[in-house]
Amino acid sequence: MRFLTARRRHPAAKALILVFALLVMGGLYSALAPTGKSSADTGTSQQVEEGKKLFAVSCASCHGLNGEGQVSGSIQGPPLVGVGAAATEFQVSTGRMPMAHPGQQAPQRQSEFTEDEVLALAAYVATLGPGPAIPEPAAYDPAGLSDEDLARGGELFRTNCSACHNFEGAGGALPNGKYAPSLIGVSGLHLYEAMITGPQQMPVFSDGVLTPDDKRAIIGYLDRLHEQPNQGGFAFGGLGPVAEGLWAWVAGIGVLVLFAIWIAAKGVKAR
Amino acid sequence: MAKPVPTAAGSDAVAAETPPKQLGPVFKAAAGPASWADDRLGVAKLSRPFIRKVFPDHWSFLLGEIALYSFIILLLTGVFLTLWYKPSMAEIEYGGSYQLLRGMPMSESFASTLGIVFDIRGGLLIRQMHHWAAMLFIAAMLVHSLRIFFTGAFRKPREVNWLIGVGLLAMGLIEGFAGYSLPDDLLSGTGLRFVDGLIRSIPVIGTWAEMFVFGGEFPGDLIVARLYMAHILLLPALLLGLISAHLALVVYLKHTQYPGPGRTNGNVVGYPVFPVYMAKAGGFFFIVFGVITLMGGLMQINPLWTYGPYNPAQVTAGSQPDWYMGFVEGAIRIMPNWESHIGGTTWSWNVAIPGLGLMGLLFGLMAVYPFVEQWVTGDKSEHHILDRPRNVPTRTAFGVAAITGYGLFWVGGGNDIIATQFHVSLEAVTYFLRVMVFVGPVIAFLIAKRICIALQRADHERLLHGAESAIIVRDPSGSYSEPHVPISQEEAYTLTQHVDPLPLAPVTEQGDLSDKEFKAEQRRRKATRFFFLDALRKPSRAELEEAASHHEGDGNGHDGDGSRDVDGHDAKEIGAGSGPRRAQD
Amino acid sequence: MTELERRNVDGRSELVALDERFPVPDPGEPEHLPRLTDVDEAAADRATRQIALMFGLVPILAILFIVNYFATPPETYIDFAGLHANLQHVIFGVTLGLALTLLGVGAVQWARQLMNDQEIVEYRHPHESSDQERAETVGILEQGVAESGITRRKVLGRSLLGALGLVALPGVVLLADLGPWPTRKFIDATLATTIWKEGIRLVNDVTYAPIKAEQIQIGQLVNGQPENLQDLHGTEFQQAKAKSSIIVVRMNPNTIKIPESRQDWHVGGILCYSKICTHVGCPISLWEQQTHHLLCPCHQSTFDLGDSGVVIFGPAARSLPQLPITVDSEGYLVARSGFTVPVGPSYFERDSRNDFQQGDN
Repeated sequence: MRFLTARRRHPAAKALILVFALLVMGGLYSALAPTGKSSADTGTSQQVEEGKKLFAVSCASCHGLNGEGQVSGSIQGPPLVGVGAAATEFQVSTGRMPMAHPGQQAPQRQSEFTEDEVLALAAYVATLGPGPAIPEPAAYDPAGLSDEDLARGGELFRTNCSACHNFEGAGGALPNGKYAPSLIGVSGLHLYEAMITGPQQMPVFSDGVLTPDDKRAIIGYLDRLHEQPNQGGFAFGGLGPVAEGLWAWVAGIGVLVLFAIWIAAKGVKAR
Repeated sequence: MAKPVPTAAGSDAVAAETPPKQLGPVFKAAAGPASWADDRLGVAKLSRPFIRKVFPDHWSFLLGEIALYSFIILLLTGVFLTLWYKPSMAEIEYGGSYQLLRGMPMSESFASTLGIVFDIRGGLLIRQMHHWAAMLFIAAMLVHSLRIFFTGAFRKPREVNWLIGVGLLAMGLIEGFAGYSLPDDLLSGTGLRFVDGLIRSIPVIGTWAEMFVFGGEFPGDLIVARLYMAHILLLPALLLGLISAHLALVVYLKHTQYPGPGRTNGNVVGYPVFPVYMAKAGGFFFIVFGVITLMGGLMQINPLWTYGPYNPAQVTAGSQPDWYMGFVEGAIRIMPNWESHIGGTTWSWNVAIPGLGLMGLLFGLMAVYPFVEQWVTGDKSEHHILDRPRNVPTRTAFGVAAITGYGLFWVGGGNDIIATQFHVSLEAVTYFLRVMVFVGPVIAFLIAKRICIALQRADHERLLHGAESAIIVRDPSGSYSEPHVPISQEEAYTLTQHVDPLPLAPVTEQGDLSDKEFKAEQRRRKATRFFFLDALRKPSRAELEEAASHHEGDGNGHDGDGSRDVDGHDAKEIGAGSGPRRAQD
Repeated sequence: MTELERRNVDGRSELVALDERFPVPDPGEPEHLPRLTDVDEAAADRATRQIALMFGLVPILAILFIVNYFATPPETYIDFAGLHANLQHVIFGVTLGLALTLLGVGAVQWARQLMNDQEIVEYRHPHESSDQERAETVGILEQGVAESGITRRKVLGRSLLGALGLVALPGVVLLADLGPWPTRKFIDATLATTIWKEGIRLVNDVTYAPIKAEQIQIGQLVNGQPENLQDLHGTEFQQAKAKSSIIVVRMNPNTIKIPESRQDWHVGGILCYSKICTHVGCPISLWEQQTHHLLCPCHQSTFDLGDSGVVIFGPAARSLPQLPITVDSEGYLVARSGFTVPVGPSYFERDSRNDFQQGDN
């Protein structure tokens, strides 16, 4: 609290209070707005309406009031016309959007929105222009895939995905501080949406080229890969030889040197 | 306090004089076969000098043993793996029990490796032990070589054994890489792709070498079988031969020992092979074996079933070689993209210099170092007492600089992992390393040398002023002091037994030297002065005696407050010319 | 002092007086102090029991190992404190590992606690031969040389040397078939070319589905192969794939640089590049759709696909070769020709003067 008191006369304080107040208002609004009902019974038009309101509060400052984007000025955001519902669902429900602060890459975090709010936003963005829709669960549910499908999914994964996301989907480095995120624990829905929309630096893998069956096989492979146990013991995060080398020195040479010191140490003397 | 003890030779003699009256049951049972063997081979006569051979006891002498035992474990586990492994690049369809690859086309070598992992009970354990043992084998060789380097154990008469050791280390790298490539998984195939690019980059003969190594265009169908031959026959045979020679020389030249009371250049003090070292070294073998087995059982390594079979169109983020090739990988990564296009030819400096040049540089420097140091110091005498690293500051600093350079290249090999794990930019890591691989070793050299000299000063402090007693005394005037107590003669001897540096003034008179010889000698003396620059001379007997009488005169050794006194005292003594003298004066 | 002199006969330190060489005289071996187990029989017994217990556990662990071999079903897994692994494997490792470690620790403890710990001294002997021995050896060798008659019949020595030198040659020549000889003709047919030709369709890797231009959106990446790759098998397949792999990307043609000479190499912003890095040949597909940068995961060379594949970072020296493409009558992407320069890492005989360089048109 001392921290706050000391800085209440700071030039930025007013602006911060304003932002805070806006956030509170927005939060109150979204908490009180009858979103639950809308998606439950009424048609999409009401959902779109809700989405539009949410958009105005949470997204418009960067993406423009009608999603037309802002390409100049201090706060920039790409146009959202034509990105579709899938992109919106992916970005918002993985917490990547709204971005906390501008940077090279929007990190994944806890989403600020409820599921219904996300769907409302997605429905609104979808009205801005035609784009990929949120896939049906059947499209990404890996249940019922045969062994051959899974093996093919692995082959597709290693051909198209592992270059950035690593062989276990543990993620990897990109230029200038960017990175391909880890795929461990990512839902089938989000994997699918990422492939069809190409969020941030990720390229698009459209259905025309990588068919829905291929995508499902990849999701099935990843699911199986991540749920199966590590055959050989602790796995060190699936980072490959760097981590193994580190452990060879720490656990191998380190422990053996301790033993060597013990072997050569002169024990306690009687006097 | 230190009374000359009956030397161990005496106790040995005592032991020999009182033999057990009757042979034990083991001896009785062995008597028949033993005399059979002795009648034909003279084993009693041959083995007698070795049974009570003395080995000095120190933990750092066991580092090489880790390497030796890892090698034995590699031989044992490797034989097991060959029983099922098929070194063939012929394409088959996988039908084993790992579900996620079933039905995939892959090489027989990858399929048979999966078989060892999933279908042979205990196969995964042995495979992981083999891989961990390989990592430890090379790691132990490296730390062992560092111990040898920093203690000066490579000096006459052990230069040959140092060279053998360098050969073992170099061959260990190749052996490890060959083994890493055998399963033909995605990561090892990517490694081979890199080797293909590396061989190609050799100026003039690169393409020929590539064709001759791979038997055609990459990947061809021969490389796995060829590497298999090298991995299980050619290189192990060479390693085994060199290791035997290495050990034979250790036995023949007798082990070095650290300085200490009773340890001279003419003796070796320690425990006999039988029974103490048999138990200690044998026990350590089982400990190394046990630790590697536990690692194999609990720590997953090289999970190649998740990598998949090699496919020249696939790659994974985090493609790295095993740690021992990491420094080469790092050099390749941080190298600027230099390439010359002269006429219709291409000279790939960006690959050849870091790939082949760095390895050549490392092993080349290691190989010539003992001879260079000998030339610089002009020291042609035999050394069986090890140096304390602080007493040869320049050598120690060279070693630390080399470790720093190696470490920075090594970091370069994992620059992508560093970037993602520590959230920094890949480019920034690379640019930083491009500078640091040159600057870092220089800084490390300077710091290490200063630390060595500071440690030498601390030794002087103990010799001339004694050790801090940890007792705070308040004198009648109210001031506090910590009296110093003289150190034991054992310690004083240990701190002063080394040979002082031999600074050489430039030759002033040509004498009967020819111009060329004269210049060469001048150059050598320049190097000598650099080598011994700033190293402290140990106190002379007269200085020690004077310091001792000073102690007695003072009663508790010091007047006034202890801590400041140390500094003041030191400065005064240097001023008076009786303190530590600089070598170059 | 005299004793010291006698014991340190490494007379080579004669640069300084022996007195100065050792300012502190050698006090000799420190007194040997007994351990607790040396003076206290009960402590020795305790140590004995400990060691015997360690040895005694080894057979039990060995038997557990064997029981595990036959009794534990291979498909069972342990999930305990972050260790989620094959149960049989873990038991193998733990039982054998502990057994071996206990064996070792027991043996070392025996040596440390119960064996005589009095250090003994062995004296070193000079390794070098005495002058007399050297002279004798030289004499014997000289006698042998004289008896062989080589000094009188020098031609024998010379011809023997020549024979030994040349008899090794057949062995070396035998290795000439280790691989094909990279003659210019051979290189042109292998390293310098790929299976891409005019009219070959671009297909998806793995599925071999042909690619329609209209299916590719801006920001899309396709990992592709030539259609004729599926005709090949085994080694030929791998060798062809190691060079023919491509990536197809689509960018907004207005935001990228397309040089004059390559205006007809793309189809509405769809560009096709070799997937094989020009550094040491890793397949690259880490493409950032917004920056158009392509990063190699092996050594981090970065290429700008929005600028004809020039190198913008890392150790690679040459631009990524671009494959000229167009569409066929059915709307599928096809190659206009093969690659115009050899793909993949440099080799000595490679003529690298025609590769695209930054600023070319």
